[in-house]
Amino acid sequence: MTASTDEQTRVRREIVVDVPAERAFRVFTEQFDRIKPRDHNLLPVPIAETVFETHVGGHVYDRGEDGSECRWARVLAFDPPERFVISWDIGTSWQLETDPAHTSEVEVRFVPEGPTRTRVELEHRHLDRHGAGWQEARDGVAGEAGWPLYLQRYADIVSGAADSA
Amino acid sequence: MTTTVDAWSALGDPTRRGIFALLVERPQSVTELARGLPVSRPAVSQHLRVLKEASLVRVQPIGRHHIYRAHPQGLAGLRSELDAFWGATLDNLKQLAEQEQADDREH
Repeated sequence: MTASTDEQTRVRREIVVDVPAERAFRVFTEQFDRIKPRDHNLLPVPIAETVFETHVGGHVYDRGEDGSECRWARVLAFDPPERFVISWDIGTSWQLETDPAHTSEVEVRFVPEGPTRTRVELEHRHLDRHGAGWQEARDGVAGEAGWPLYLQRYADIVSGAADSA
Repeated sequence: MTTTVDAWSALGDPTRRGIFALLVERPQSVTELARGLPVSRPAVSQHLRVLKEASLVRVQPIGRHHIYRAHPQGLAGLRSELDAFWGATLDNLKQLAEQEQADDREH
């Protein structure tokens, strides 16, 4: 796999926090419920809480207000205060992905930059694994040359012309 | 091409997720999609429009039919969504951890 392909199949983020690594790690995992953006929800009901089970073999899951649960990550590595790795079992259609071969993974490392300063490095990698279905969907497409024309045709349809399908 | 609807929002609707999942399985027309779903053909067309605006599906005229398919370049959209998700998470982490630290110093 080339470097450029790697870049396309992962997301990297980092932030420096003015706290020791131990605290940064603890807040991330034990208070994940409070730092995870709330506007992303796979459940049909509002989320009551998000739970991060702090051991290998555990899960990260959302619990809905009606008691339903969505286990959307598996804890693959848990090495406080240095790093943890979780799977990302959410497919491209934002539904739970049950085939581990089609899941990506997230590693978070906590690198001390001083006694009270930590660089938190996050890498969400192997995004292409989610794309397997799309690759298959692409098979048989004649080519991309006609796309601008097709898009124009589509624009015409949605702007009121009859859909001849 | 500008995207006016983000992929995450577009797929926040269960019916649209269902339509998208059907298109990932195989490309098909509005008529075929409507046959497999408990929604009307105009409703399917509306949902397809949102998916199209989010760059999640594309349409190809084949003979008299318009065939919709999942957009193979959609990974770029997924990346930007995840980038925003994790960016917000890390910002929240910084805020919460540093606040906790400051509170400890005061007490």
